[in-house]
Amino acid sequence: MQAKLLRAVGLAAVLGLVMLATPARAMEDKLVVVTSFPKDLTNVFKEAFEKKYPGVKVEMLKKKTTAGVKYIQETASNNTSDIFWASAPDAFEVLKGDGLLAKYDVKQQGIPAKIGAFPLNDPDGYYKGFAASGYGIMWNTRYLKAKKLPVPQEWEELARPVYFGHVGMSAPSRSGTTHLTVETVLQGLGWEKGWALWKAIGGNLKTVTERSFGVPSGVNSGDFGIGIVIDFFGFSSKATGYPVDFRYPSTTALVPANIAIVKNAPHPKNAAAFIEFLLSPEGQELLLDPKIQRLPVRPELYESKAKHLPNPFKGEIAAKVAFDVKKSKARYNVVNSLFDVMITYRLNDLKAATKAIHDAAAALKAKPNAEGEKLLAEARALVAAVPIDEARSLDPAFAGVFKKKRKKATDKITGRQAEIEQQWDEMVRANYAKAKELAEKAAAMAR
Amino acid sequence: MMLAAQGRMQWGAAATGLSVLLVLLVFFVVPVAKVFYVAFLDAQTGELTLVNFLDFFRTSLFRESFFNSLYVALMSVVVATIIAVPLAYFTTRFNFTGAALIHTLGVIPLIMPPFVGAVAMQMLFGANGSINLLLDEWFGFTIPFMEGLNGVILVESIHYFPFILINLSASLSNIDRAMEEAAQNLGAHGFRLFRRVVFPLAMPGFAAGAALVFLKVFDDLGTPLLLNVNNMLAPQAYLRISSIGIADPMGYVISVILVVFSLFSLWVSFLATRGRDYASVQKGGGGLMKRDLRTWEKVGAWAVIVLILIVVLSPHIGLLLLSFGTIWSFSVLPDAFTVKHYQEVFTTAWPYIANTLLYAGLAALLDVILATAIAYVVWRTNLPGRQVLDYLGTAAVAVPGVVLGIGYLRMFHDFNVPLVNEPLASWWVIIVVALMIRRLPYALRACTAALQQVSVALEEAAQNLGAGRFSTVRRIVVPLMAGGIAAGFVTAFATAAVELSAVLILVSKESDAPLAYGIYVYMQTAAGRGPGAALGVLAVIIVGVATYLSHRFVERTRAEREAAGRQAATGAA
Repeated sequence: MQAKLLRAVGLAAVLGLVMLATPARAMEDKLVVVTSFPKDLTNVFKEAFEKKYPGVKVEMLKKKTTAGVKYIQETASNNTSDIFWASAPDAFEVLKGDGLLAKYDVKQQGIPAKIGAFPLNDPDGYYKGFAASGYGIMWNTRYLKAKKLPVPQEWEELARPVYFGHVGMSAPSRSGTTHLTVETVLQGLGWEKGWALWKAIGGNLKTVTERSFGVPSGVNSGDFGIGIVIDFFGFSSKATGYPVDFRYPSTTALVPANIAIVKNAPHPKNAAAFIEFLLSPEGQELLLDPKIQRLPVRPELYESKAKHLPNPFKGEIAAKVAFDVKKSKARYNVVNSLFDVMITYRLNDLKAATKAIHDAAAALKAKPNAEGEKLLAEARALVAAVPIDEARSLDPAFAGVFKKKRKKATDKITGRQAEIEQQWDEMVRANYAKAKELAEKAAAMAR
Repeated sequence: MMLAAQGRMQWGAAATGLSVLLVLLVFFVVPVAKVFYVAFLDAQTGELTLVNFLDFFRTSLFRESFFNSLYVALMSVVVATIIAVPLAYFTTRFNFTGAALIHTLGVIPLIMPPFVGAVAMQMLFGANGSINLLLDEWFGFTIPFMEGLNGVILVESIHYFPFILINLSASLSNIDRAMEEAAQNLGAHGFRLFRRVVFPLAMPGFAAGAALVFLKVFDDLGTPLLLNVNNMLAPQAYLRISSIGIADPMGYVISVILVVFSLFSLWVSFLATRGRDYASVQKGGGGLMKRDLRTWEKVGAWAVIVLILIVVLSPHIGLLLLSFGTIWSFSVLPDAFTVKHYQEVFTTAWPYIANTLLYAGLAALLDVILATAIAYVVWRTNLPGRQVLDYLGTAAVAVPGVVLGIGYLRMFHDFNVPLVNEPLASWWVIIVVALMIRRLPYALRACTAALQQVSVALEEAAQNLGAGRFSTVRRIVVPLMAGGIAAGFVTAFATAAVELSAVLILVSKESDAPLAYGIYVYMQTAAGRGPGAALGVLAVIIVGVATYLSHRFVERTRAEREAAGRQAATGAA
């Protein structure tokens, strides 16, 4: 009995030693990539890379961008990931800020430093842009035909009364790329005018989707007819066969999609090889796969294989706005919070006010009335009003309310995010209610 | 002698209670507390404070969200009851061919695969879904099924009514036939019999189901997000926790409030059923008398059942269309049909399916073991503080999967499992543990209801005949609870098979991923909708078959018991 027990313990001990002794990192035969990209993209690169480097097994761990960031943060003490590969530059900024990325110098030559007005790579050398994408308008052709709607060309048109209840978009706090679009318009038109436009479009929204893929998905289904989406969603939906189309408005944001090596990566050599491969002419061509459709960052490709795509380096996608990265970073969370308070969470109130304004405008057009016009203008101004001005949005002390920690002990911050959002919410709701009332009054005058 | 036995029994129960408590502490309380403590910190100074909770009550958006959640949860219980009661009543009360089939189909709504289920519902009921397109063409109007709070109530009731159906059926078939006969002898018939005698006796099952629907809907995230309703508590918490970069403590504050309120409503429901006796002594009779229906009654009953099933299974009909359709966009039906999505999926799906069966099966098994232990300790012992187990086990329903996932990464990533030499947080077993904790409330309510219907007298009889406590539990209590345990297993298994939120955080290798993850991967691309739906259909079929088999198993054991009971009765005569 005892001998049996002893034998069992001995066996367990030996087994344990064998397991422990197995060298986990002796050879680099693996590469672990944490990515938010869809299978259609990752599979193409996985297969090509494994073919080029036989013996290396690529493991693609697919996680939503936010889940990926959390995963790398929480596993940092015992890191098992080599590469973080995702679209939103802000996700990389968060990881960089936490000191979880490794610097890397790319050996590949011939990649410009800027795409449009946006710097392609992290100026500090932590993450690299490997593809560009532009924001634009996607629409369902069957939907527009059935509802007899014209095809929208520019952002401003989305605020027209005909599109009431037909537009979908995501929120900047949910989707880093949506954030860039919102910020680009704010910088292009100015703080007040920019927000006025977003709220006018917001009033026409059918819905604010919870994730960025919700927008192309809704347009594909025909749940709403028009969506504000990133280009590859439009191109790939069309390539799949959905009755949809896509165009860039004349003001658009060009956004690089990025890649970085995680600090203390278990397979640093493979990680470096993967980045080099991704940026090589060979790797860049893979981006033109019909299911991927992202804009390569090698300008020479637009002369040959990528002729059908708009060339972002030649101004074919007019990124008119000189994008100010510092400004964007300074008020990143403020813009997210403002958008949610004014549009996402009060969408029903905003829609009610917008509907009343559209109705009043139509009534006044049929039967002009100066006093009514005045009331309508007031209503519009109330809807457009923003709780804070641009200077305040850029004030570091104010923006600090929305951040985790004080940078320095001397930074004085008063107020909490919840407190401020409650004040904004009160103002916004009162404004929408008042605007609705005024617009209804204006409409009554035209009757 | 007697005293010694009593002491031993208490020790055994105490040891069981303590080990369950330990499991709950290590895998639930501590990991979640590690994430939730942010709710009690001042975001700027890092000091302990309650100011965030004050902010919650000061914020009108949150107050509004709270009342919306409450309203939706209560209304969903009402609508779910209307759907579930006829199904449960007809199938347990009458001799019905295909009762097992109806019960299986009745569980299917619980299996709503992530994302694809949402798309399927939009395609049918959305503003421009099939039904509204037809209505618009024929009559020139549309019905906003999927808009606002009423849309949430509709979808939630269709989705979660099986909780009531399963638990109520288990309860109904546990009722002592003698009670019914006594009532009939006293002149009660028909609806009066049902209202005054049958339904009150089945109350534990109904209460368990209704409590689950209430808690689940109150804490549910998926449906409001799918309908893009943001002004409810759970989505408010989720949207704040999952946005990048923002360090808003309010998301965690809301989560804490969800947990506290869920516990509060559990306590209220506990008060409501306390002090009543639902137990039946006689078990050999196998529940209610079943009678045959007359032809016209049969037709009527079938009509009601088919109508209900069509409504509650419509999302799955949509899913089936989606999986066989080519392109489906702004039209009543897909443009054409194809099997190529299944071909694509069949080559990749097997590991996903194997993992799903393994994880959900293990998790559900562990759940019913834990749940039986908790129910027994809470209702059959007088250990001090035993209620804590019940509350902890149920609180899991209010904790978002994301929070549990982050908590596990935080707590177990530095702990290497001996012999496997891998961090516990990235070992596949952690996914099973997460599913177990997430689904424990379902099993717990079912097992508690089942135990409430077992008379203590039977246990006392067994003990008087010399059986120890352990063998009493094993030979008497567990067999008598079998129906409820099976109900708990089925709900836990069916819902664990399609769980995504915690899984998405915890999966660390593609080879460890379950079906829900596979669906998620497909549903990120325009081209992946068909294959994603095909995987969803596979998930539904697998869980459906498993449910059917467990029904067959329960029915067979009951039949055997009945036969044995009859034999004993004739022997005695």
